[in-house]
Amino acid sequence: MEIVQRPHRDNLVRWAEQRPEVLVLSADLTSSCEADGFRDAYPERFFSMGMAEQNMMGFAAGLAREGFFPYVHTFAVFVSRRPFDQVAMSIAYPNLPVRLIGFLPGITTPGGVTHQAVDDIGLMRLLPNMTVLECGDATEVEQVLDLAQAVPGPVYVRMLRGEVPRLFDPAEPMVLGRARLLGEGEDLIVLSSGICTEEALRATGALRAHGLSVGHLHVSTLKPFDDPRVRAALASARLGVITLENHSIVGGLGSAVAELMAERGIGARLIRLGLRDTYAHGASRQYLMREYGLDAMALVRAAERLVGEPLGIDEDALAAVRLETMGRAERTEDL
Amino acid sequence: MESIPARPGAATAPGDIRRVATAIRRRVLEHTLENNGGYLSQACSSAEILATLYLGVMRLGPSTAPPTPRPFAGVPGADNPHAFTGADYNGAPAPELDRFIFSPVHYALVLYSLLIELGRLGPDALDAFNRDGSTVELIGAEHSPGHEVTAGSLGQALSQAGGIALARRLRGDTGRVWVFMSDGEFQEGQTWEAFAALAHHRLGNIGVYVDANAQQCDGPMDTVMTTEPLAARLRAFGAEVREVDGHDPVALAEAGEGVGEDGVPRVVIARTDPCRGIDRLRERWPKLHYVRFKNEAEFNLYRGLLAGLSEGDA
Repeated sequence: MEIVQRPHRDNLVRWAEQRPEVLVLSADLTSSCEADGFRDAYPERFFSMGMAEQNMMGFAAGLAREGFFPYVHTFAVFVSRRPFDQVAMSIAYPNLPVRLIGFLPGITTPGGVTHQAVDDIGLMRLLPNMTVLECGDATEVEQVLDLAQAVPGPVYVRMLRGEVPRLFDPAEPMVLGRARLLGEGEDLIVLSSGICTEEALRATGALRAHGLSVGHLHVSTLKPFDDPRVRAALASARLGVITLENHSIVGGLGSAVAELMAERGIGARLIRLGLRDTYAHGASRQYLMREYGLDAMALVRAAERLVGEPLGIDEDALAAVRLETMGRAERTEDL
Repeated sequence: MESIPARPGAATAPGDIRRVATAIRRRVLEHTLENNGGYLSQACSSAEILATLYLGVMRLGPSTAPPTPRPFAGVPGADNPHAFTGADYNGAPAPELDRFIFSPVHYALVLYSLLIELGRLGPDALDAFNRDGSTVELIGAEHSPGHEVTAGSLGQALSQAGGIALARRLRGDTGRVWVFMSDGEFQEGQTWEAFAALAHHRLGNIGVYVDANAQQCDGPMDTVMTTEPLAARLRAFGAEVREVDGHDPVALAEAGEGVGEDGVPRVVIARTDPCRGIDRLRERWPKLHYVRFKNEAEFNLYRGLLAGLSEGDA
C-alpha cells in the first residue's frame, strides 16, 4: 500500500493557487499542521494569530462575513475544546463559511490527554449549522478541501498529517454525505471512520476468509448523517452492527449510528468500538489502539460476540491480510 | 423631538448630541418603568458616547432598514434564506463608509433609543421591545436593529471586528470599523488576545469606544476584578489610548479623530457616571447593573423623574 508523505502540505498550496479568497489562519502550529507550504507560497494570505484560539475564531468569523474563506489550521483539541463558545457563537450561529481544519485526531498523537481530541466530533456535531468531515486516507486528505469549500456554512474537518496511507483510489472521489462501500455482506455490518478504517479492512478481510458475510462502509461525513446507503446497510444486518472509531463512543460515529438505528426502527444489535467514555494518555498510536480496543483485533472480538462463538482468528491471521489501495478493479459495486 | 439624520462626515453641534443623549435617558427610563426593570444605568453612562459616535465620529450611510422592526425570521442556517442582521439600520456597507460593531448587547435599549432619535428607527419601534417573536430584544442579537454580529457572550465582538477590519484592509477599503465595548469586557481573556492581534497585524482602521462606568453585575468593578490601570494596560498591548470625560461630546469626538491614518488601533476610554442624568439612582449603588423598582412608591418616584427629565438636564 502506498504511503504518502504529508499529503495536505502540497495539496493545500496547489488547491489554493487559483482561489485568492482562501486565507489560512494559524495559531503557532503552522508546520505541525502542514500549512507552512501555504505560508511560504502566499504570505499575503497567511495570518499568524499566535496561541490565542478564541480570538482566532472571531477573526475568522469577521473575515468570513466579508466574503473570505478562512481555513483555520490548528490541532483538533484547540478547535473544539478551548474556543468552543467562540466557534458556537461567532461562527456556527451565523452559519459563516469558516473551515476549521483540526489535526491530531484521537490517539494519533503521543502528546497525551491535552493533545488527544477524543471528543471533537461529538462537540462539533452538537453545533447547529456545522458540517463534520473526517479524513481516512491520503486520497480523502487531498479531496476534502473541495467538499468543504462547497458547503455554504461552517465545516469542521478532522484532518490527518505526516505519513498517510492511501486506501482509496483518487479516481473514486470523496462525496459529501456519502459513505464509501468497501464490502458487501449481511451477517455483520461494519462502519468505520478515520484511521480505524485501515484496521477494519484487516479485520473484515480475516472475517470473510472465515466465511462470514461482512458489509463494510467507511464514513467520512459525520454530519449530516443521512446517507441512504448507510440506512440500507444497517437495515440488512443479520447478526448485528459494529462501529469502529478513533473517538469516544459518546457523540461520534457510534452515537450517530445508534441514533439513526433507533429513529428508523432498525432492531439489530450494535457494538460501538472506540474510547469507552475515558481519556487516554501519552503513548504510541499502535499501543493506544490496542489498549483502548480501536484495532483490528478489537473488531474481531466484537464480531465473535455477535456471532456467538470464537472465530479462531489470531494476530498472524490479521497480519497476513494484505492491504492495497482500493482501485476501480477491486471496488465493490454500488448498492 | 425632531430627528437628526447622521450624514457622512457632517459635524453635529455638541448641544444636539446632548439633546439626543437626554432623549435616550428619557426613553430608556420610560421602558424600564413599563417593563418593571431594565439596563437603566447603562443608558445613563453611555448616552453621550453612543450619540457622539453616530453624530460626530462615524461615517455611516442612511438606514436601508424598515422603520418598524422586522419580526424574527428564524436563526441563520442553510435552510433559512430569510435570516438577516440589524446592520442595515447603520446604512448599506460601502468601501469608504464606516462600520459599527456593538459588543455589550445588554445595552440594546440604549442603541434602539438612539436609532429612534436619529430617525433610523420609527418612533413606535419600541412597541416591539421585549415582546415574543420580536427582534427588538432585551439583550440584543445580530438580528436586532443596529446590531451586526453575535456578541452576547461578552468579549467576542472585538475579535470579529478585527476580522472585518482585516478583510477591509485586504480589500483596500478606506472606511473604518468602530466598536463599542463595556469596561467589564476587559476581564475576558479574549479581549486581550484581540488587542495583541490588532497591534501585531497593525490594524489601525479600528477604533474602540469603552464605556468605563466601573460597574458590573456583582457591583463595583474594583471589588469584583480590577482591570485598572486600563489605559496603561492597553498601551502596553500596543494601542493608542485616549481617556476622556464620557459625557463630553466634544472630547469624545476629538478622541476619535485620525483613526485609520496609521497602523495603530485606537481606544477611547470614556470615563462615565452610571447615574448621570438620574441622580436618584445613586441611592441604589452599588446594585446598578439591572434596575428593578421595588414598590409603588418607587414607581411613582421614577415616573415623576421621567416627567422632569427634559432637554438639557444631562
